[in-house]
Amino acid sequence: MDLYEHQARELFEEHGILVPRAEVTDSPKEAREIARRLGGRVVVKAQVKTGGRGKAGGVKLAADPAAAELTARQILGMDIKGHTVGKVMLAQPVDIDSEFYVSYVLDRAAGRFLAIASAEGGMEIEEVAATRPEAVARIPVDPAEGVTSAKAGQIAEAAGLPPQTVDVLVRLWQVLVREDALLVEVNPLVRTAQGHILALDGKVTLDDNARFRQARWGDGTQEHHDPLEAAAAARGLNYVKLDGEVGVIGNGAGLVMSTLDVVAGSGARPANFLDIGGGASARIMADGLSVILSDPAVKSVFVNVFGGITACDAVADGIVAAVDSIRLTKPLVVRLDGNNAARGRAILQERAHPLVEQATTMDGAARRAAQLARTA
Amino acid sequence: MAIHLTKESKVLVQGMTGGEGMKHTRRMLAAGTHVVGGVNPRKAGRTVDFDGQVVPVFGSVADGIRSTGADVTVVFVPPAFAKAAVTEAADARIPLAVVITEGIPVHDTVAFTTYAAERGTRVIGPNCPGLITPGQSNAGIIPADITKPGPVGLVSKSGTLTYQLMYELRDIGFSTCVGIGGDPVVGTSHIDCLAAFQDDPDTELVVLIGEIGGDAEERAAAYIREHVTKPVVGYIAGFTAPEGRTMGHAGAIVSGSAGTAHAKQEALEAAGVRVGRTPTETARLVLETLRRG
Repeated sequence: MDLYEHQARELFEEHGILVPRAEVTDSPKEAREIARRLGGRVVVKAQVKTGGRGKAGGVKLAADPAAAELTARQILGMDIKGHTVGKVMLAQPVDIDSEFYVSYVLDRAAGRFLAIASAEGGMEIEEVAATRPEAVARIPVDPAEGVTSAKAGQIAEAAGLPPQTVDVLVRLWQVLVREDALLVEVNPLVRTAQGHILALDGKVTLDDNARFRQARWGDGTQEHHDPLEAAAAARGLNYVKLDGEVGVIGNGAGLVMSTLDVVAGSGARPANFLDIGGGASARIMADGLSVILSDPAVKSVFVNVFGGITACDAVADGIVAAVDSIRLTKPLVVRLDGNNAARGRAILQERAHPLVEQATTMDGAARRAAQLARTA
Repeated sequence: MAIHLTKESKVLVQGMTGGEGMKHTRRMLAAGTHVVGGVNPRKAGRTVDFDGQVVPVFGSVADGIRSTGADVTVVFVPPAFAKAAVTEAADARIPLAVVITEGIPVHDTVAFTTYAAERGTRVIGPNCPGLITPGQSNAGIIPADITKPGPVGLVSKSGTLTYQLMYELRDIGFSTCVGIGGDPVVGTSHIDCLAAFQDDPDTELVVLIGEIGGDAEERAAAYIREHVTKPVVGYIAGFTAPEGRTMGHAGAIVSGSAGTAHAKQEALEAAGVRVGRTPTETARLVLETLRRG
């Protein structure tokens, strides 16, 4: 889960990293009050979980409280790369002497976290890395040792950062570890004209797997903007809405991704990703089908199950229970293979629902579902 | 021969007495796996009867190794305890730890894979189905009855796609199938398995299954070009999947690749790997290649 800038700022502050004074609001009127409290002149920043805010007009300087209200009114509700701005952060402007870049990021290939730092902050770090790779220091961190003062000194020196950044580098590592983050990025980290080191903007990505020991951020279900995704999440389903017409249900993320590709290869577009996992009980199947069938764009549904641990007869029982408990209005193409497939197919054949048909191969099932979607 | 797992392998199960552990230990035994013990400090000294096969429970991995000579452990413990379980196994210097557990925090995985590597313990997983050498041994949750022994080696991030390809090629058979797991950090990579298959006399051809995210497949492609002389057939899932969570600016720098299915397919094809568009076509490419060879 990605945090908003203001949440990242809060975390940094909790861990003793200096940040500009700032407050968050969703109301232009309150923005005026906040600006007054912060001394009048403020930076108004859209709170969205995407980059390129500045270029999109989501970050503006307001000279006084009245201007802050006006600017907040402009930015709130703005669309930035498909994200609607629901909140703005108002921050005290900072007198910048120099800007740096620092982050800790997961290096998947090495299986470790990497410190990335550069004395050329404030701009797109990819650009710096592409044009002047020597200006970007990348230093792997031993998970057992972490970032000690000595290690932080090494990172700062390699990147050409001033010695005052060492303390921030140590504290940022503490944010990464204590919060179970996969990414902590500060860009820019600035030295003010007064010589203080401040985190001016931050990005933090938390590890969803660590929710069991990081309860403060909730379960993340509020993240779904699409109503179908929200309905699926409420039922504990791993569902992603896409913009096609063939609904897809399968077991296992890899097989479902593969199913989307096979549907696309058959000349149709998948309407969703839905992984019912290993269990595939009647209830999960019914829940999944009802979410998919409530999508008006769906014209046909492809159920693709390979019985590994799951037995196909149990899956077939689930499909029968599902079509009997909900009103099936769209054709279903079912492909069952693997463990107990013959018994599973027999169960569906016996139920003989007019809208449920079977296919023997994944490719054949995809073609049939695509054809049904076209003629619907 | 096969890789990492043979009929000689002596397998411990950490978390054997839990629900998943019981279910899959029974299946592993039925597949002929030499399960020599379970590990649970609170149930040390007891035994568990699996349809007539009695398996002892040890208080620690070290005790299990001392009593049985075990050289593989399969880990089924819940996510919160996985780090401690693998750390204990590595301290006991077990050569192979297969971590089935799903949902382990990445910081824990980084810690225990690093710790294990420093102690000579290979970790497969986490969040993986394990590995199977058909006809010999099965360490994990891969169904043992899909296919038989044969000349194909398989390495995959995805469990169900592994089963699908095993099924498509069930009449040909496999030397070893390894599910390396789909988490961002895993103990054993595609490359580790390619290297082992290259050296395995029982393996004539390798099937490599990848999916979007990271750059493991691109790295595997570079490795194949330099070091693998056996034919490799690839399959990548996720051409139409929506863009996943990005890791911010810094992530793109580290991976050096967009992590898209197209990028992976191109990298593999540039290394001479034939890449199927569907699992079925991938199986057909395997058959063609074997016939030609």
